[in-house]
Amino acid sequence: MNPLISGIPVPFFLGLAGILFSIGVLGVLIRRNAVVIFMSVELILNSVNLVFVTFSKSLSNISGEVVVFFVMAIAAAEAAVGLALVIAIFRQKKSANVDELQEMKW
Amino acid sequence: MLDLFPLVVLFPLLGFLHNALLRNKVPHRFAGIVATFAVFLSFLVTLVSFYQFRPMERTAPHIIHVFSWIHVGNFQADIGYQVDQLSLYMTLIITGIGTLIHLYSMGYMKGDHGYNRFFAYLNLFIFSMLNLVLSDNLVLTFLGWEGVGLCSYLLIGFEFEKSSAAAAGMKAFILNRIGDVGFILGTGFLFWIVGSVRYADLQASIPGLPGFINYANLIALFFFIAAMGKSAQVPLYVWLPDAMAGPTPVSALIHAATMVTAGIFLIARLNFVFLIAPDTSFFIACIGAFTALFAATIGVLQNDIKKILAYSTVSQLGFMFLAMGVGSYVAGLFHLMTHAFFKALLFLGAGSVIHALHHEQNIRKMGGLFSKIKITSWTFLVGTVAIAGLPPFSGFFSKDLILEKAYVYPVYGPILWTFGVVAAFFTAFYMFRLVFVVFFGKDNTQTHGKTIHESPGTMTFPLIVLAIGAVVTGFLQTPHFFLNIHKLESYFEPVLKYGKELAVVHQATVKGTELGSQVEMGLALFSVCVALIGILFSYLLFQWKKSEILEEHTGFRKILFHKYYIDEIYDFIIVKPFLFFANGIGYFFDRVIIDRFFVTFGFSLAWFGGALRRFQTGFVGDYALYIVLGSFCIILYLLAKGV
Repeated sequence: MNPLISGIPVPFFLGLAGILFSIGVLGVLIRRNAVVIFMSVELILNSVNLVFVTFSKSLSNISGEVVVFFVMAIAAAEAAVGLALVIAIFRQKKSANVDELQEMKW
Repeated sequence: MLDLFPLVVLFPLLGFLHNALLRNKVPHRFAGIVATFAVFLSFLVTLVSFYQFRPMERTAPHIIHVFSWIHVGNFQADIGYQVDQLSLYMTLIITGIGTLIHLYSMGYMKGDHGYNRFFAYLNLFIFSMLNLVLSDNLVLTFLGWEGVGLCSYLLIGFEFEKSSAAAAGMKAFILNRIGDVGFILGTGFLFWIVGSVRYADLQASIPGLPGFINYANLIALFFFIAAMGKSAQVPLYVWLPDAMAGPTPVSALIHAATMVTAGIFLIARLNFVFLIAPDTSFFIACIGAFTALFAATIGVLQNDIKKILAYSTVSQLGFMFLAMGVGSYVAGLFHLMTHAFFKALLFLGAGSVIHALHHEQNIRKMGGLFSKIKITSWTFLVGTVAIAGLPPFSGFFSKDLILEKAYVYPVYGPILWTFGVVAAFFTAFYMFRLVFVVFFGKDNTQTHGKTIHESPGTMTFPLIVLAIGAVVTGFLQTPHFFLNIHKLESYFEPVLKYGKELAVVHQATVKGTELGSQVEMGLALFSVCVALIGILFSYLLFQWKKSEILEEHTGFRKILFHKYYIDEIYDFIIVKPFLFFANGIGYFFDRVIIDRFFVTFGFSLAWFGGALRRFQTGFVGDYALYIVLGSFCIILYLLAKGV
């Protein structure tokens, strides 16, 4: 295992990923706008991608990077579906505020 | 005709089915005719069979196997009928008197909205009673035994809109249930020891079982408990007076002539058990003698015409059990028949009086009816003289035979006899009190402007026939000094032979000394004198003095008027504690402890579910938070555990 990538220690990468992940989770939890929540979700996915790439590099193992491409593809698809849903709900409700959407209860 | 004998049982069943299934379809008159004819046809078949059977010569019973019913392992109980002297005798009484009472009911129940239902019940009763007496095994007898109990319940509570009638029906049913336990236990024991429930097998195998004698007293006692319930002996007699809540024909048919004699029949049928059970037999005699006197004293102060007759029935049944107890089965069966005639007559006469007075049953609101309802009065008088035991009426012969057999019984015979004689005195006294007050005394009738009229022909004809029966049936068995006829004794010889032989083998037989005809005559004269003195007393008190002496209730009279407070005592000793216990179980233990535990369990689950429901808010953010919290917990766990 290589403790350095381009001269920067691996824990720095992992710390950045952790910070990004936490910001993403906080965004999901405290923002009310559905679009912003989606952006936060993308942030979470990106932080995970960063972890994958970091380990892939330090272990000189290509499969991590392969997974990253999978995650990107799926994130894109998810964003497309999610945004379509948000737009559909917005047309119904004239709002993208998740606190006004309680239909999930039923 | 003998091979067609099951028709006897079939006709009432068909009558019952017809009236029960079409009770809202057929007109009243037609239903009555169908029911009456069903019983009448049975009577005719029985009569023809009776002559074909030649009961005075034939000794073996004629057994008809109809079909297999219960067959489990070595236990076998079939629908089979045993035609012998005893069952023919009972069947003749049941169908003969039954026919008359059905005919009478057609007049009596006229205009009752439950008319068809009533006749359906009556037919069902006859069907059950015939099964009881004709069956060739104990199980089918038990079926009939329960059937008559059911019909008794249905008919006592016939006017179920009145809560008193419904309660009386329940009382009869429950007290009989107590006795029925004895029947089941007795049957079980017999099957356990002998291995069969068929009378013929029992009769054949008991002599070959030397160990049976040890159980005979116990088994006899069980069956006697059954008889106590059905035949209203102390201490289970309290239902019979209450049973008068049913329509009068019911009282006559079920609670005087047939069902209540089932106990006597059972003892006669199982004579091979009872005759080798001297201790139980003595116990039966004691209970019988006590009941005879006890019920007779209560009868003195009652004011309801049917209640008086009910206590008189209890008393006469006591006489029959006295006869059974001292081992004179012929006397018991003889009295069964004569009593069936005159008691049915008295009840129907009472019904006719009640009918004439537009449903008035209190004798203090009657009086002076002799000239107004001639046929009823004369027939009632005949019945009264018969029950009081004046020769040459039937009651004299049968009662006298019982008293004589009691007198010669070696164990406390004279004491039993004294009980019987005193009971006979009271019987004469209260029956004539009834006659004087109702037919000759001061006219206290309150008809509210309606006329007092004689009952229609359908009612008076049975009265006349029964009156003739009450006069002549006594001549089947008469004492030495009076024609010396012993028809019944030789008639029942084949049925009782086995039991008697068995008793001789086991030296269980209690031999009474043979009476000289001088002593016999003395006894008879004495009991006639006693009856006459009873009649004289009641004449002096109620007719000559117009006395009110028995109307003011103080001291012992008060106790008598309240029937020795037996009902209250039972209520206090048995019913109240039982209800208290049941309430404790039902309302405290069950509700407070058991129910509370399980209900709490259920509610706590529901509460848990309610708490979980709060989490489902429908806000996306909340769910995301739960996911995060859950992940956090998992991570903490993994960190603590160390992957």
